Amino acid sequence: MAQFEDQRTTVYKVDPEHPESETLPTLRTEELLLNMGPQHPSTHGVLKVILELEGERLVKSTPVMGFLHRGVEKLAEEGTYHQFIPHTDRLDYVCAMYNNFAYCRAVEKLMNITVPDRAEYLRTIVAEIQRIIGHQFWLGTQALDIGAMTVFFYCFRDREILLDWFDELCGARLTTSWYRIGGVERDFTPSLFAKLKQFLDYFPPKIDEYVIFLEKNRIWLARTKGVAVISAEDALSFGLSGPTLRGSGVDYDLRKYEPYSAYPKCEFSVPVGKNGDTYDRYWIRVQEMYESVKIIRQCLEQIQDGPIMADVPSVTLPPKERVFTNLESMIQQFKLFSQGFNAPPGEIYCGTEAHKGELGFYIVSTGGGKPYRLKIRAPSFIHMGAFDHMSKGYMIADAVTIFGTYDIVMGECDR
Amino acid sequence: MGLIQLGGHEKDGSPDVITLTVEKAVNWARKGSLWPMTFGLACCAIEMIAAVSSRYDMDRYGAGVFRASPRQSDLMIVAGTVCRRMAPVIRKIYDQMPEPKYVIAMGSCATSGNIYDSYSVVQGVDRFVPVDIYVPGCPPTPEALFDGILKLQERIMQKRVFLSQPKEVKDALKV
Amino acid sequence: MSQLAKRIEDTFPGACTRVVEWRGDLAVTVKSETLRDVARFLRDDPAMRFDYIVHVSSVDWPDDEERFEVVYEVYSIRTRQRIRLKTRVPESDCIVDSLTDIWKGADFMEREVYDMMGIRFRNHPDLRRILMPDEYDEGYPLRKDFPLRGKGWRDTFEFLDEPTR
Repeated sequence: MAQFEDQRTTVYKVDPEHPESETLPTLRTEELLLNMGPQHPSTHGVLKVILELEGERLVKSTPVMGFLHRGVEKLAEEGTYHQFIPHTDRLDYVCAMYNNFAYCRAVEKLMNITVPDRAEYLRTIVAEIQRIIGHQFWLGTQALDIGAMTVFFYCFRDREILLDWFDELCGARLTTSWYRIGGVERDFTPSLFAKLKQFLDYFPPKIDEYVIFLEKNRIWLARTKGVAVISAEDALSFGLSGPTLRGSGVDYDLRKYEPYSAYPKCEFSVPVGKNGDTYDRYWIRVQEMYESVKIIRQCLEQIQDGPIMADVPSVTLPPKERVFTNLESMIQQFKLFSQGFNAPPGEIYCGTEAHKGELGFYIVSTGGGKPYRLKIRAPSFIHMGAFDHMSKGYMIADAVTIFGTYDIVMGECDR
Repeated sequence: MGLIQLGGHEKDGSPDVITLTVEKAVNWARKGSLWPMTFGLACCAIEMIAAVSSRYDMDRYGAGVFRASPRQSDLMIVAGTVCRRMAPVIRKIYDQMPEPKYVIAMGSCATSGNIYDSYSVVQGVDRFVPVDIYVPGCPPTPEALFDGILKLQERIMQKRVFLSQPKEVKDALKV
Repeated sequence: MSQLAKRIEDTFPGACTRVVEWRGDLAVTVKSETLRDVARFLRDDPAMRFDYIVHVSSVDWPDDEERFEVVYEVYSIRTRQRIRLKTRVPESDCIVDSLTDIWKGADFMEREVYDMMGIRFRNHPDLRRILMPDEYDEGYPLRKDFPLRGKGWRDTFEFLDEPTR
């Protein structure tokens, strides 16, 4: 601890005849190092940030990560491609389906498999439902951090409806693993279609309900307008993507730039902000919820009957009902899980527009059933790189807002 | 042990007299007002948040007041994967909680490390923190977490309160 | 796509050691001393404008003489093109130029490559471990000779012996 004179004990020399002429010693300030986390109610997981403060202003913030580093990339090298799908659920655990989708797309690119149409539509519908869930979670926690607790309860109430829908679809609420390499695990039942249509009519007025609390609320506007501004070229240079980048005016959305799955057949727009501040990013995410509803509606109209899994027996898994009754299917399942399929040697990168940003998988294969190197391009990790730049000059209370506006999930950041 | 008896009042027979031991009363108060600490580490934290939210309301079991400070809480729900880097933090926070304190290991990662048998994941939080209840699942649904909390409440009801601890335990807990 | 590779070849003769186009991805391997110049060219040249950094990663080829491969993938928003820029370094001299001043996002990503693979970056503003603790001394986890379960760090809890408070 440095020795310094305690300002409170300095004696002010006052001339009793001329008390107004007292000379005060100049006030000396010192920067304070404040540790925030890793156990903290607002850091969205186990994240430690060392804040250098001058008064209440942030001078420099150093994020310290790695408290949830599980070694997933090394675990990928030990198992087959199929066995990695549950690991992808737990990366960005708020939006498990999208991680599965991104991974399955990457492996399908590596193996050069085309997914049948019905499976593409089913995948897109579920991916957009997952986007709605993710944005509801984001809005609830961002509002909770800023202080608007009612929005949190409303968002989670509607999120539960969709989680029940997932429960009926694949048996799990959160970590789902419903996507498979080459297609999806099972089809929708008629009751799922009916519930989904009901939800699509029920939901848009609910988004209006959340927004009513916030869009004209002076406290919300004061805490989000002009906070954490980042310019477009800085954002691109840092590698930001998703709503964080679109808030600054760049309309980079992989669903439009490199269309995949059923997105080319749907009409939707990508909301883009102007100022690059927290309010714009909030507005973009709310608009994306409306757009997701639009996409799901169009997919439901366009979907046709057909197979839900690509017909490549050396790669894709057989349907579960046949595994226990048909000998060839059982042998196929056994071989695919114990040895894996034979991937061609080479390397690919495949990016997908997850709701946080560009989630990509860089897979290097040397042949055989196990990936040689699997690198996960996690948007949360890359967004943390821009945290220091984005938070310079703002107050401590804004640090919490900035975590929220980046939409960081530590499972993805640390892997 | 002490039975809890509801007795009738002498004059008009209305059941407003309860006889029970002080131990039971203390245990009842402790189990009905568990204050958990926000200790969500990974995916199980999302299910914990869902358990506190409007549909599954943890507050009806008395355990809804989540305190961010360990000094004000008595239940630590370790929800999520425990990495070795986070272990000293967990232990420090556990030490900062005042007695009586309870620990629930929520999820398979906190129980045993789950599928993460890798270089940085501790295979279960019970390697360095004593655990009362294990709730398996990946992640356990909010109903499973409630099952764990109710079992914890049963265990609390069975604890002895006014018995002095053995000398070894007392010495180990000394500051 | 291979026009891009040709432009790089023409601007920096002799720099490209390998060009691969597979499944629609273009990967260009350059010599490690030319990495910085090629990267700057990719970002600043008006026809290229690769301003968005996608990821930085590394691959370990223990059987090769030049053991480590550092991979930079960049994307151009304007021209909608991708390119993967790779370079190889041997284990004895595993140091590469840092591209932090060209793409700011390379900062954390290069730290992760250092943490996981042990490749150092010249002129990096703050090269230290990012996912593992700073004092982790068991090695570099993603190397092929590092065991999956580590070397015992995950099971030793020396903080339990320290006096509490």
